[in-house]
Amino acid sequence: MNRCAVIGVGQTRYTTRRRDVSLAGLVREAALRALEDAGLTWKDIDAVVIGKAPDLFEGVMMPEAYLADALGAAGKPMMRVHTAGSVGGSTALAGASLVQGGVHGRVLTVAFEKQSESNATWALSTHLPFSASLVVGAGGYFAPHIREYIRRSGAPDHVGTLVAVKDRRNALRNPYAHLRIPGIDRAMVEATPMLWEPIRYLETCPSSDGACAMVLAAEDRLTGSVPAWVLGAAMRSEPIFRAGRDTVNPRGGRDCAADVYRQAGITDPRREIDVAEVYVPFSWYEPMWLENLGFAPEGEGWKLTESGATALDGDIPWNASGGVLSSNPIGASGMIRFAEAALQVRGMAGEHQVDGARRALGHAYGGGAQFFAMWMVGSDRP
Amino acid sequence: MREVAVVAFAQTRHSAVDEGRSEPEMILGPLEEVRRATGLRRFGFTCSGSCDYLAGAPFSFVSALDALGAWPPISESHVEMDAAWALYEAWARLQHGDVDSALVYGFGKSSQGDLREIMTLQLDPYYLAPLGLDQVSLAALQASAVAADRAELDEIVRRSRAAGRANPHALDLPDPEGEEFEVAPLRPYDIAPITDGAAAVVLAAGDLARELCERPAWIKGVAHRIEPHYPGMRDLARSASAAEAARAAGAGKGRPDVAELHAQFSHEEIVLRRALDIPAATAVNPSGGPLAANPVMATGLIRIGEAARHVMEGRAGRAVAHAAGGPCLQHNLVAVLEGGR
Repeated sequence: MNRCAVIGVGQTRYTTRRRDVSLAGLVREAALRALEDAGLTWKDIDAVVIGKAPDLFEGVMMPEAYLADALGAAGKPMMRVHTAGSVGGSTALAGASLVQGGVHGRVLTVAFEKQSESNATWALSTHLPFSASLVVGAGGYFAPHIREYIRRSGAPDHVGTLVAVKDRRNALRNPYAHLRIPGIDRAMVEATPMLWEPIRYLETCPSSDGACAMVLAAEDRLTGSVPAWVLGAAMRSEPIFRAGRDTVNPRGGRDCAADVYRQAGITDPRREIDVAEVYVPFSWYEPMWLENLGFAPEGEGWKLTESGATALDGDIPWNASGGVLSSNPIGASGMIRFAEAALQVRGMAGEHQVDGARRALGHAYGGGAQFFAMWMVGSDRP
Repeated sequence: MREVAVVAFAQTRHSAVDEGRSEPEMILGPLEEVRRATGLRRFGFTCSGSCDYLAGAPFSFVSALDALGAWPPISESHVEMDAAWALYEAWARLQHGDVDSALVYGFGKSSQGDLREIMTLQLDPYYLAPLGLDQVSLAALQASAVAADRAELDEIVRRSRAAGRANPHALDLPDPEGEEFEVAPLRPYDIAPITDGAAAVVLAAGDLARELCERPAWIKGVAHRIEPHYPGMRDLARSASAAEAARAAGAGKGRPDVAELHAQFSHEEIVLRRALDIPAATAVNPSGGPLAANPVMATGLIRIGEAARHVMEGRAGRAVAHAAGGPCLQHNLVAVLEGGR
């Protein structure tokens, strides 16, 4: 397998409505920033891999056909990935795969969502004939899983609030973050309405417009920019309706993490990983994924959160960027995790940089907690 | 590149009308068939192609995982493109060298909606979609640019439909007749029929391919290219991206016995024959091609599967397969398959 590195990252400002740009303008903005970071121009790119969540979110079917021009793809190979909420991560992995397989030397990978074009909650509530929708949106779907986590682990009620406050405080250090709430604290979160028990308004992710892009390169196609080396990469999927599937601690997530750790030579994730960008769209998913990804024993993830270990100044910072709780252009949210992990090991995360980060985990999940995409990036060439 | 071959291919008996089967039900048959042919139950990588807008709901690919019985969890991805591109992603994944087998599938039920209008949603939402040009009208623009002889188009349809009638998986469609236009210069029979169906392919690398299949259809080259979206920026009479994909895949390095082309309109076959430089002696779309069965999102993968089948069954030494996406052949993929151990 050929080595692959991230040599450029580009993000747009995440916000409720980017009225100033078209879909094409949005993805181009992120792509141009990634090219600039890499010190490259369009002609230096061999192929484009684009991802986004369901096309119903903008009402444009297979928009890559239309976006080919804006992304300089004309005359080149272009692919479109769609794997539900994990798509941003899967898109990065599909792009990296082309480099690792020796098919291309430099790949531009882009993910986006322009949620202001429609209403994602209702796009997610549409169901095929004869399967009645019993929930509204993703929160309605995931809240019962969270309640089951609380029942199993005996976690105290305030843990979700702690995550909401921590990630929003981190977002204040990230100029691209959507939700920047000065003075955010527990009282403010606890004063917001209950949306889906136990998820309060400020414990859920926003609806954002935004795009994220990365330039991925083979070892012989690096530029002067600092590389983040891909140390491990994996995807896992499991069926949504399988009886006996554990939706609170899904096997797909555990297997995916184990695969990535094996490739990267990680045996103790909490000690050996310096920072993690993990897909936490509802506050309680931090303790749940801490366990799923092996940072804490089962039933004890909430203790790690409560102890402050996952804060920016803790021993294993999670979502130093503010995470999905602070910015959620759905199709891009996974790629932002992957890109932020790369920025950390490149030492380019700015105000939310974790000092001396050498190994970072990027994580995304989607569907009914059944699609997983992860990678580990590092500052040292593997 | 690492040697990778198609070692199994299966498809549904495609239907022109909704037979009341869900997408997971449609894909079950082909999945079981390729598993039986290879003896494999687990694959190193799985990738599929489908389109949410055909189902009219998000996540059309999610329930397919239940058909797969993806347990323990599998290494899997999905493209919102024709499944030919899922095959491309799987082929790239097999190049890594750590896994040796891949399952690829695609499915589509275009009977459930108005495909012609649905495809309009693929256009630039600001400048093209508001013009109200549907898929057939856009194709008619291209047909006009090609300015093909009516007798030549009729012969393409007659040949495709006759081949389709001989193919148990394709639709039974009569010889073309009638003078009326759907959108001039296209007549109704120039347009691929509405079709429900699914298909599956197994890829294997090196020795595993030789072990699983007596005559693996080796992928000697596979490449794809997209071109500008706006029809006004292209010479619609030719397909520069198909020609470039063919060159990159090495299509011109030998004479193909068979070519399976993703031509959803009769004039597209003319454009593609020229772009891929298909010799006159080559059998084009012996399966009947998309004009005899067009299960959208699986149609391109079926071209690769049908071409591979000719090689696997020893009826062709070299075959070319083509898949397309986007309005007026905007995006084209070419695969070259060869026999031999």
